[in-house]
Amino acid sequence: MTGKGRVPQITTALTFADRLGAWKARWGIGRMRYMVPPGLYAIGIPTPDDPVLVTANYKMSYDLVRNALAGRHVWLLVLETYGINVWCAAGKGTFGTEELVRRIGMSGLAQVVKHRRLILPILGAPGVAAHDVAKLTNFNVQYAAIKSSSLPAYLDNGLVTTPAMREMTFTLRERLVLIPVELASALIPTAIVAAALFMISALLYGPAWALTAVAAYLGAVVTGIALVPALLPCLPGRSFAGKGIVAGLTWTAVFYLAEGGRGWGLSATFAAFLALPAVSAFYALNFTGCTNFTSRSGVKKEMRIALPAMACALLISIIVILTGRFL
Amino acid sequence: MKGFNYLHNVSTLKLNEGACIGCGRCTEVCPHQVFSLREKKARFIAFDACMECGACAKNCPAAAIQVDAGVGCASGLIQEWLRDQDICGFGKAVC
Repeated sequence: MTGKGRVPQITTALTFADRLGAWKARWGIGRMRYMVPPGLYAIGIPTPDDPVLVTANYKMSYDLVRNALAGRHVWLLVLETYGINVWCAAGKGTFGTEELVRRIGMSGLAQVVKHRRLILPILGAPGVAAHDVAKLTNFNVQYAAIKSSSLPAYLDNGLVTTPAMREMTFTLRERLVLIPVELASALIPTAIVAAALFMISALLYGPAWALTAVAAYLGAVVTGIALVPALLPCLPGRSFAGKGIVAGLTWTAVFYLAEGGRGWGLSATFAAFLALPAVSAFYALNFTGCTNFTSRSGVKKEMRIALPAMACALLISIIVILTGRFL
Repeated sequence: MKGFNYLHNVSTLKLNEGACIGCGRCTEVCPHQVFSLREKKARFIAFDACMECGACAKNCPAAAIQVDAGVGCASGLIQEWLRDQDICGFGKAVC
């Protein structure tokens, strides 16, 4: 369209298919294949003086960025991150210096635009060394904002980042959208454990008890996967495993009261209050990977204490149940 | 980041103030405002907010920042451990 060769022009409006694709990806359906071809794209009718924005080739990232740029005339350089979002790809290094330098070369960007300025998402910074990009390509990297929704304000603000654009958030809505994919990925292991639990409890205590045990287990799983993220700031403490234990104990108490737990007997009651919170705590700890504020060292520290504790809790519960049955 | 705090004093982040040239890149790239620039030197103002993403160290032209960068993800760490132990069938990337 302009400059060297033709640059494909893309629309900024999201269609039903785009929204359906995003919904499917949120449920983990075809999520690892949800990508667009990398390369240089034109939004509106950009001139050689218009800004160049950089993003990943995960289709949801690309859609959010182009949608935020409705009515603008800008260049969009899409990096090959193999369908992974900016933040995770930067952590792996695929949204990185090497790919950025390569993509600048392959797209002929230096011939398309007159300036030497690239606008990158702040969450891409863990993969890109701005000073190395400048050395290798003469393009200067500017880190614009955390969220694509800040881009219009950033462009209108003369390409200057305000403190608000740098502010990370983790709102209820931002936490809730993460739950479906976690539920979907837990489906198979949960089904296997539930089936095993049903068969063993049915053999020991009969099918009615087995159903109660499976319901209690499924509740503990959902508590860890869905309730902990939803209530994250309200649950006490800093440790995710700790938050999981609190939520799991609450679930066990609610289930105990609702299911007439007084008839459970001492060993089953003890085992339930020990094992169910451990299950919730495991999934709560697992949610650290979905957050935007937990550190590797912090998670390691938690795991060193929490994983052996969970294993002990499960083992003791099993021993207590078996002794209660056979003694 | 308002409303969320993770564990105290666990980050491996290190800043060599002597090597800092005061360019302020770390304050631009840090998503948790761990740094502030005072008298042309970077300083920690929120050390415990660090999530060890490594953006500051990667973008410091003076190599004045060091951090054992990685992702704070329990399932990632479990898989890393399984891979290190060479347990068959595990260790495939999920995200």
